[in-house]
Amino acid sequence: MDRIDIHPTHSYEGFKLRSGKPFPFGATIVPGGVNFSIFSSHAISCTLVLFEKHEKKPFAEIPFPEEFRIGNVYCMTVFDLDYENLEYGYRMDGPNNFQAGHWFDSSKILMDPYAKIIGGRDVWGVTPDWNDIYHHRARIAFDDFDWEDDRPLEIPPEDQVIYEMHVRSFTRHASSGVKERHQGTFAGIREKIPYLKELGVNAVELMPIYEFDEFENSRPNPQTGETLYNYWGYSTVGFFAPKAGYAATGKFGMQVDELKSLVKELHKNGIEVILDVVFNHTAEGNENGPTISFRGIDNKTYYMLTPEGYYYNFSGTGNTLNCNNPIVRGIVLDCLRYWASEYHIDGFRFDLAAILGRDPWGAPLANPPLLESLAFDPILAKCKLIAEAWDAGGLYQVGSFPAYGRWAEWNGKYRDGIRKFLKGDGTVGDAAQRLQGSPDLYAWSGRAPATSINFITAHDGFTMMDLVSYDGKHNEANGENNNDGTNDNDSWNCGWEGPTDDQGINALRHRQIKNALAMLMVSQGVPMILMGDEVGRTQYGNNNTYCHDNDLNWLDWTLLEKNADLFKFFKHCIAFRNLHPVLRNPWHFQNRDYVGSGYADITWHGTQAWNADWSDSSRTIAFMLCGKHAKQGAVEDNYIYVAMNMHWESLWFEIPGLPVGMNWHVFANTGATPPNESWQPGTEPMLENQSGLLMGDRSVAILVGK
Amino acid sequence: MEINITTTEDIKVVELIGDIDANTAPTVTEQVKPLVEPGSKILLDMTKVEYMSSAGLRTLLTIHRQAEAKQGNLVLVGLNEEVEDTMSVTGFLEHFKTTKDLEAGLAALK
Repeated sequence: MDRIDIHPTHSYEGFKLRSGKPFPFGATIVPGGVNFSIFSSHAISCTLVLFEKHEKKPFAEIPFPEEFRIGNVYCMTVFDLDYENLEYGYRMDGPNNFQAGHWFDSSKILMDPYAKIIGGRDVWGVTPDWNDIYHHRARIAFDDFDWEDDRPLEIPPEDQVIYEMHVRSFTRHASSGVKERHQGTFAGIREKIPYLKELGVNAVELMPIYEFDEFENSRPNPQTGETLYNYWGYSTVGFFAPKAGYAATGKFGMQVDELKSLVKELHKNGIEVILDVVFNHTAEGNENGPTISFRGIDNKTYYMLTPEGYYYNFSGTGNTLNCNNPIVRGIVLDCLRYWASEYHIDGFRFDLAAILGRDPWGAPLANPPLLESLAFDPILAKCKLIAEAWDAGGLYQVGSFPAYGRWAEWNGKYRDGIRKFLKGDGTVGDAAQRLQGSPDLYAWSGRAPATSINFITAHDGFTMMDLVSYDGKHNEANGENNNDGTNDNDSWNCGWEGPTDDQGINALRHRQIKNALAMLMVSQGVPMILMGDEVGRTQYGNNNTYCHDNDLNWLDWTLLEKNADLFKFFKHCIAFRNLHPVLRNPWHFQNRDYVGSGYADITWHGTQAWNADWSDSSRTIAFMLCGKHAKQGAVEDNYIYVAMNMHWESLWFEIPGLPVGMNWHVFANTGATPPNESWQPGTEPMLENQSGLLMGDRSVAILVGK
Repeated sequence: MEINITTTEDIKVVELIGDIDANTAPTVTEQVKPLVEPGSKILLDMTKVEYMSSAGLRTLLTIHRQAEAKQGNLVLVGLNEEVEDTMSVTGFLEHFKTTKDLEAGLAALK
């Protein structure tokens, strides 16, 4: 039966129109036409501007009749449009008064903030026409992907192993072995799923994939002349559209299907998809930035403004999205619901999330409505919500981020504490907290170990190989005189700054990487690995490679062979973690025996069993986990003993005794000569001397009692 | 868009010539959909289709689903490399049975 509203009621210059529906916002295919809906609190009129794909000039401009406006929403159905060949934008008229915060300018064509596909940067790195009157062009997407029986995987958070990666960097390098036309794309990742499975991770965290402009602030490298880009993409153009340049089919406008197909295939292989989302600011920058969308639609609503009309800059990038304005809160919620339901996304990591807890004037809120809305949203109910719990305005909330029982945190204190311990600074007391899932930060407020996303390296900062190869950053290639990037790296070069042929130093570096990974994989909480660390990827000492579309970011797949020992060790340690639930407890240790095994859930040791050295000069620590306390006693596991000697000398470690009938087996000992530094879980050889173990200098051993 | 429909034994052979996009997809639907009957065997010869848009792919998948619902069989024949690659990375390919050439397509339906 046909609907009775498929007949136009109005016409304008040959276009057939009807009053539209305000919901959903954006452009929606409806019987006979397309429904356009956009809101602005301060505009006085709005015009729909229609282009044929890629055309320089619009073929139509249709003002919204005043009788089509509902509240502050302009909504209209336009019939008989070739919606696949269409690009649309808006002109908005209204006050233009800097101090009052209004930037209306009807000469600009504005992108729909709800655009589901955005054209204009269809193929990565193709220089745009700077004279284009409309750079980022809203298009219309199909929302009928055939998911069959797929849905988000809902892996318990403590069982996750996250792999943080950049879409383009992962397969752009010629050595990736993926089809040339798939290099650097979603399709490329799909080809590499077997690799991810072999490594053993069960979640990928994609650095920003919402449409961004790689040409934002692009400039020549002063040293080489090579173009520097907005490569990482932490600057969003449109929150509802996947980056076209990340899709092999972006030139055909099929990025939506390509990304969905990747998600579906990852799910089939047991791998979740987490998106790194950037709601703290937009690509429109400060007062000198381009007008793309928000600024021309409703500047005063979307951005935090000073009383003089300037942009607050809590993000360090020019502007700050006004996240606790009810309208902006609405679009953020709509956006996440869309990605969770339409793309089956499993979780979100929020860049500079502390900003999301600030009020419209920048003050931190005790009970931020946006964070609360997200935590209690029915559609997001099973999604992982992960906060980068700080911002560039100095708000640091690791351990105190408003959580509502839902929010996890990138644990910056884990990174710092483990790095210090690793390079021999002592700090065993702090390391012990981090290894236990940071109960000092989370247990008091009733937050689980999985609140802590444990990481030693992430996209910001050194890679693991650089962490053990450089004392200081080397960011000259960024063209800012090495002033950008953090100076707090807690790194140690093992005796020589940068690459060396010295076998001793290289062996120590590999050992330190294995030590770090071993600690990460036996820590309670959720481990996160940075792409390429498993093969020793280097950024040549650059700890802020946000602008490089080259070897500084691209994963060189020849490293897989060169550093085969690292890859094998990573694979074994991840498999070991996945095999042992005692490493993945849903709740914090109680330091007592509550199942009657005769052992507390966790016990601490040192060079002497049962006698840990907590002094300031200590560089050794060991712990034992009782297998009968795994998952709070819900399942039975082996006993696990981990010894860490971060001293520069070898030390004898006395090992605690096991229940009668059990023996210690060696899963890993980074001090052993490769390839005997780790074993395929389940094939561990029995330890010859059950009472003790000589730990080489700077080494970690993991024993399994069974 | 040109569409030639012939019958070989009990197989409907549909030769599609031209691009399939939002403009031409309704024509494909109009002409091919009536061929979908209980147990029908349909061969879509794509040798002369250089490009299929998002709407084009959706049209084919819709027809395929209708054929499935009626216990029919549908085979795509002669996809060019780019079309096949696009279908593969966007997830459409896995729903279809495909063959390289007409002969293999006919054999697959017999």
